[in-house]
Amino acid sequence: MAEFSRPQSEEAFEKNFAQIKPLMNETQAYYESSRCLFCYEAPCVNACPTGIDIPLFIRQINTGNALGAAKTIYDANYFGNACGKVCPTEVLCEGACVYIHQDVKAIEIGRLQSFATTKAIVDHEQLFTPGADNGKKVAVIGAGPAGISCACELRLKGYVVDIYEAKEKPSGLTIYGVAPYKIRNEEVLTEVDYLKRQLGFHINYNHPIDSKEIVEQLEEDYGAIFLGIGLGETNNIELPGEDLENCLGAVEYIEALRMRHHEVGFGNKVVVLGAGNTAMDAASESARMGAEKVVLAYRRSKEQMRAYEFEYDLAKSVGVKGLFNVSPIEIVGDGKVEGVKFIRTKNENGKLTTVPNSEFLEPCDMVIRATGQSKLVEFLSNIQGLELDNLDRIKVNYKNYQTTNAQYFAGGDAVNGGVEVVNAVAEGKIAALGIDKFLMSNE
Amino acid sequence: MADLSINFAGIKAPNPFWLASAPPTNSGYQVMKAFDQGWGGAVWKTLGVPVVNVSSRYGGMNYRESRMVGFNNIELITDRPLKDNLKEIEEVKKHFPDHAVIASLMVESREEWHQIIRDCENAGADGLELNFGCPHGMCERGMGSAVGQEPEVLKTIVSWVKEVAQTPVIVKLTPNITDVTEPAVAAKEGNGDAISLINTIQSLMGVDLDNFVCYPNVDGASTNGGYCGPAVKPIALNMIKSCAQHPDVNLPISGIGGIENWRDAVEHILLGAGCVQVCTAVMHYGFGIIREMIPGIDRYMDEKGFKTIDEMVGKALPNTKTWENLNLKYKVVADINEDKCIQCQLCYIACEDGAHQAIGLPDEDSRVPYIIEENCVGCNLCAIVCPVEGCITMERKDDGSQSITWKERTAKGDIPTTFNDPLAGGIGHWIPEPIEALKKGKK
Ligand SMILES: Cc1cc2nc3c(=O)[nH]c(=O)nc-3n(C[C@H](O)[C@H](O)[C@H](O)COP(=O)(O)OP(=O)(O)OC[C@H]3O[C@@H](n4cnc5c(N)ncnc54)[C@H](O)[C@@H]3O)c2cc1C
Ligand SMILES: Cc1cc2nc3c(=O)[nH]c(=O)nc-3n(C[C@H](O)[C@H](O)[C@H](O)COP(=O)(O)O)c2cc1C
Ligand code: SF4
Ligand code: SF4
Ligand code: SF4
Repeated sequence: MAEFSRPQSEEAFEKNFAQIKPLMNETQAYYESSRCLFCYEAPCVNACPTGIDIPLFIRQINTGNALGAAKTIYDANYFGNACGKVCPTEVLCEGACVYIHQDVKAIEIGRLQSFATTKAIVDHEQLFTPGADNGKKVAVIGAGPAGISCACELRLKGYVVDIYEAKEKPSGLTIYGVAPYKIRNEEVLTEVDYLKRQLGFHINYNHPIDSKEIVEQLEEDYGAIFLGIGLGETNNIELPGEDLENCLGAVEYIEALRMRHHEVGFGNKVVVLGAGNTAMDAASESARMGAEKVVLAYRRSKEQMRAYEFEYDLAKSVGVKGLFNVSPIEIVGDGKVEGVKFIRTKNENGKLTTVPNSEFLEPCDMVIRATGQSKLVEFLSNIQGLELDNLDRIKVNYKNYQTTNAQYFAGGDAVNGGVEVVNAVAEGKIAALGIDKFLMSNE
Repeated sequence: MADLSINFAGIKAPNPFWLASAPPTNSGYQVMKAFDQGWGGAVWKTLGVPVVNVSSRYGGMNYRESRMVGFNNIELITDRPLKDNLKEIEEVKKHFPDHAVIASLMVESREEWHQIIRDCENAGADGLELNFGCPHGMCERGMGSAVGQEPEVLKTIVSWVKEVAQTPVIVKLTPNITDVTEPAVAAKEGNGDAISLINTIQSLMGVDLDNFVCYPNVDGASTNGGYCGPAVKPIALNMIKSCAQHPDVNLPISGIGGIENWRDAVEHILLGAGCVQVCTAVMHYGFGIIREMIPGIDRYMDEKGFKTIDEMVGKALPNTKTWENLNLKYKVVADINEDKCIQCQLCYIACEDGAHQAIGLPDEDSRVPYIIEENCVGCNLCAIVCPVEGCITMERKDDGSQSITWKERTAKGDIPTTFNDPLAGGIGHWIPEPIEALKKGKK
């Protein structure tokens, strides 16, 4: 395949990971915004988890009021810029655009959204001012999209908000997880900075909340606590050979890639285990890192993949090969990964069974396990009375995202099990409104 | 292949597509190029005592991504010496003896008229067009539309012209007048051979919101100009129709205004134009648009069985009546084709807020609106706003056996005459109570 040569420099990395939704220029934005029909009760709005008034902001762009458009966007979604780039718009707003019914290309809502918000960010447009200090404090654990969205909304209402973040950068998986061809690191950071400058929440970096004592201290110091902790490391798959060098978890590999770009380790022949969106990303990214061969191996059939179709298409477009109905039985190698032993599977009356004597070896020098992220069960056990559901997701009341411990609210991946940035943003905001009601009624 | 050649008021041309007197006919170079590309005639940029123009002369009216749906100018007549123009007319005629070259003229005194007519005819002009239309600049000096707006003056000048003219005389009319047939009749009474219309419409193209100066900006100031381009076609068509139907006009008409393609041209012809003139479309796209116009009209004529242009002239006139002669028994009702509908609900909100509350929205499971037949007055609005061609059609509901016009009802005394007359047309139309509006919610 070798469609991409291995990037040796930052420029080469940028080229291999060129943005799939590049920033629109004025003319593109003008033309594209002209096409919007200004639908009544527009279905695109209903498809947006944050309910952005899409026809309105597109019309504002079209009338030369991009800053007004940015305000419309940010009023609904504090990650308006990032969401325009990283949202799976094909299955959200753009997937609902009425043009689809006519086999006409949907309005490029995501790119228009990034266009308007970029303008506001570059212009340092002041869209928000914090509410007058109401004397109350809220702690937010996790500076991911859920946490930051919650913090922004609380600042509008006059709360002092302290965010505690284990890592050294804000925005959670937006910077540590999302594929680099969707958004650049500095774009993510600039938006958070933009919000922070206007709204003035505090982020304490490298500050994991990791013991019962600290948790209790927070409970004492703050009226309410928001849990925006996301998910944990990649799940183990309990296979022989999993500890070999170059057998990596997808989330960990991607984090390294996002932080170190072309300097990250790479494989020439990569096997990715799994068929979710993260698997698609890891496979695409390996290909763009110059791997000669990338195989995406999945136990079940192609039709049963959890990944969005467009994500699989994107992976295929950079040369990734799908290998379906194969189950890994062992990762082989002498100290270092040398291959994966698979056995073929088939669907028998709705049950997945292995095909006897169908074992084969797929040689490779890197294995990426995209087998889902673990839940942060251990940490959560520090919080008294906090219940999890049968999938270890934090239980909440969906009206206000309050947990079973009244002082705690939660949102994002830790609650929904791992969806998208936009869902985390939406939930963080609803939780903030819940916190406000909770603290105000506790007067 | 139909015969496209025409004999317009004695002026012969290979086809009915002429360039209007304007910048595209400024020079022999341009006219020669246009003829070479297929244009049948050209009305030379208006000749007279050469003027001095301002710099910054045009304004454009865009509609969303469509540029120049309207166009205006504050230019005057030719700024080139007469002798240069005459020399070039002569040269063009030498190369294109069968094409129509019309000299457009605007001067003041009888002597000037006589002299310039002789000069132009000596140079080989096939006809003369008297510019009584220009609505800016020249009219301040008592020429152009200042003449066109005064039928008596117009008649006098036409008769001066006719004293010496050997070639046919076309009188170009201004639309900046209450009843265009008045100057048309005056042209006839002055012995003019034809009329052409419309010239541009007085306009201001818009205001620069930053410096409060209208477009086009001439050193911090602007002035009203002449409006033309696609947006003026409906006005032109109506005026052409009025002249064509007026019993005392009875002159060949050269149709001008908003013509950009063969369809526009055919519309002018069907309402009474014997040839057409084009300016803005050429200023926008160049002479090359003739490539589309000739085969377009040719195919249309073949399909409809027209052998000559003359056979088409005025074909739509018998069907263009005064309001009082329309059939009040004719009844159409909107019909939505559910398979074509893309569910934008623009028809719903248009009828709901802008017409007769005759469209309903279905429950949850569908977004395809439906027509409430009892309320539908058959206004066409929904069919006009619907973005899908042929999705909303207006279906005839009366059986066609009955006809009564306002005129006939008036004769019978069967019309509403008092404020609360039971004969009012709206009686029986269901309209919701005003207070119902407040239950609808904002959108
Ligand atoms: C590989 C990958 C690709 C993705 N691609 C996309 C995409 O293209 N588009 C999209 O919309 N979504 C994508 N997602 C999903 C998206 O990134 C998440 O849904 C979203 O980031 C969830 O936000 P969150 O705030 O709930 O959690 P996170 O983003 O995970 O943020 C949680 C934060 O909390 C911190 N934290 C956790 N525990 C503690 C603690 N005890 N103390 C202090 N801090 C703590 C973490 O360090 C982290 O910064 C992707 C996810 C992955 C894994
Ligand atoms: C269907 C229709 C009916 C109208 N009826 C009236 C009327 O009853 N009284 C009136 O003063 N103008 C009437 N107008 C003219 C409008 O008030 C307005 O002057 C004109 O449409 C130009 O504005 P616009 O470009 O925003 O449409 C009517 C216009 C339309 C389209
Ligand atoms: S559905 Fe498409 S056309 Fe309609 S408002 Fe939304 S973006 Fe515009
Ligand atoms: S034709 Fe007019 S009244 Fe009838 S449904 Fe359409 S918009 Fe409403
Ligand atoms: S305007 Fe046309 S496409 Fe839109 S909802 Fe109505 S019928 Fe359907």
